[in-house]
Amino acid sequence: MHLAVTNLSDSGKLLLMVEGLLAFAVVIALILGIATLVERRGGRRVAWLFVLPTLFLLLVGLIYPTLKTIQRSLYDAGGQQFIGVDNYLSIFASSEQLVVLRNTFLWVVVTPFVATAVGLVYAILVDGARGEAFAKSLIFLPMAISFVGASIIWKFVYEYRQASAPQIGLLNQVLVWFGQEPQQFLIKSPMNTFFLIVVMIWIQAGFAMTILSASIKAIPSEITEAARLDGVSAMQMFRFVTLPSIRPSVVVVLTTIAIGCLKVFDIIRTMTGGSFDTSVVANEFYSQSFSAGNPGLGAALAVLLFVLVIPIVIYNIRQMRASEGQ
Amino acid sequence: MTTTTPPLDAAVASPVKTRRGRTSGEIAKKQLSSPWASLAAVVLAALWTLPTFGLLVTSFRPEADIKKSGWWTFFTNPTFSLENYQKVLGGSGSDNLAPYFVNSLVITIPAVLAPILIASLAAYAFAWMDFRGKNFLFVTVFALQVVPIQVTLIPLLSLYVNLGIAGTYWAVWLSHTMFALPLAVFLLHNFMREIPGELIEAARMDGAGHVTIFFKLMLPMLTPALAAFGIYQFLWVWNDLLVALTFAGSSKAVAPMTVALFNLTGTRGSAWQLLSSGAFVSIIVPVLVFVFLQRYFVRGLLAGSVKG
Repeated sequence: MHLAVTNLSDSGKLLLMVEGLLAFAVVIALILGIATLVERRGGRRVAWLFVLPTLFLLLVGLIYPTLKTIQRSLYDAGGQQFIGVDNYLSIFASSEQLVVLRNTFLWVVVTPFVATAVGLVYAILVDGARGEAFAKSLIFLPMAISFVGASIIWKFVYEYRQASAPQIGLLNQVLVWFGQEPQQFLIKSPMNTFFLIVVMIWIQAGFAMTILSASIKAIPSEITEAARLDGVSAMQMFRFVTLPSIRPSVVVVLTTIAIGCLKVFDIIRTMTGGSFDTSVVANEFYSQSFSAGNPGLGAALAVLLFVLVIPIVIYNIRQMRASEGQ
Repeated sequence: MTTTTPPLDAAVASPVKTRRGRTSGEIAKKQLSSPWASLAAVVLAALWTLPTFGLLVTSFRPEADIKKSGWWTFFTNPTFSLENYQKVLGGSGSDNLAPYFVNSLVITIPAVLAPILIASLAAYAFAWMDFRGKNFLFVTVFALQVVPIQVTLIPLLSLYVNLGIAGTYWAVWLSHTMFALPLAVFLLHNFMREIPGELIEAARMDGAGHVTIFFKLMLPMLTPALAAFGIYQFLWVWNDLLVALTFAGSSKAVAPMTVALFNLTGTRGSAWQLLSSGAFVSIIVPVLVFVFLQRYFVRGLLAGSVKG
């Protein structure tokens, strides 16, 4: 197999892919062949062969590396000197890292609520309207676009030219139309973090809308008709009927987006690279590990991410079960 | 833990109205004096569409015009050119993104197929076979969903370096497969549990082995679930930056479109003629999947939204 690829033609690459798929097929066929033999002989261990590939890959790909990273986070930049929890302490001590934590906090708190609010409002606005499916797909479409693609789209919206030159970014042109000075949206801290958050809201609102719309449509019509006969106003309907009925879904949406925000990397990497005080934990992990030459601190940041994700995931799963129980 | 199907899935699969009559949302809206509601919906839709639309228009404008005027002037002074697309799809030197597009395909196809098959095997065992430690192992696999991939990257990279596969497709395929498994096993297990046990019992009575049942009975019945997960995984891999950046590097030999575009924003951040057309070449694939397989697409996306 050509493991060391340097410069291949397209057909050469496709050939590599076929090779990869064949190798994979051979391994699986082998395992299933053995399983068939074991079963014919009345063996009871056949289930182990079914779970073997999964368990092996998870052990090598997730469990071992996680333990290794936790260990690495207790060593210094060079990896020779054991320094205990010093890496963790420096996350909470150095002013640079505190900015990273502040930004992560902003991302996790602002994005879920705004994206969910937009998604919910839009779901209600288009509910039952003509062309509902099309209207929804407009909001949903950003979910299909990569974070890198979305970042390019928004970088272009924020593009800055000097006031004397014609603007090519939409947002600055709008400012100019209103007689304002054009701004460098991605450079001025701390507002630049909010302009990055806008990109995530743009992506996640479609997710919120889809889930909440399905949830709204699942409210039994008896309840809404009864409320209507009682003569409730639109706001009362929302406040006392719609919102309580979809509460579990709202929580699931909020927590799911929050988890996504904790791990956000691509948007920051593509739009600012973490400069101008916009870095977050997931981006800082990458910088420290791969460019700033401090994999010890990088490992500690990765572990911190892990620790922050756990409670939200547990809460999320509980809410999913609760909403299912309804 | 045994039979939890994500609630989202059931909810989304039936976006039909509940019985007859209006939903609460409709009523809330009706009373919100409809013209204002419509206006608000149109404004939101426009806000959400304009950024993409602007870049799309830009991708069809000549380079000189992109640099000296905004895309909105296209409507008063239309100039049209396919040159940007010709450059990114077959131009010379660093402008040509076609090799990266091929890389995206070569990375994505095995990275979707492999975890589906591996996870279905395990899911079948967890759903319909008995073995010691089954519950413990299933809970473990399920719990591994919380591991952020960042935690695994550096040790995995050293492992790949030792194996001599760092910077090859193998490293990327393996990583995506590993990272997909906890969610895939969990979801497919839930779908498999929904298949009536009598069917499997009957097949066992007829003397069919588990391997036969898996291929002849399970996989065909699970096609919608496999498609939903497959599309979810396809999107995840096609749109991924972090895994590719770490394991494939930036070389033309292996790096996918996302990495190429990312590097382009870093090195030539104002080359909007390339960024716009390149972004759309990359975006068009998932958008086509979205348009043609919307039902599976939404199901898959929602079912897997917790991953990462």
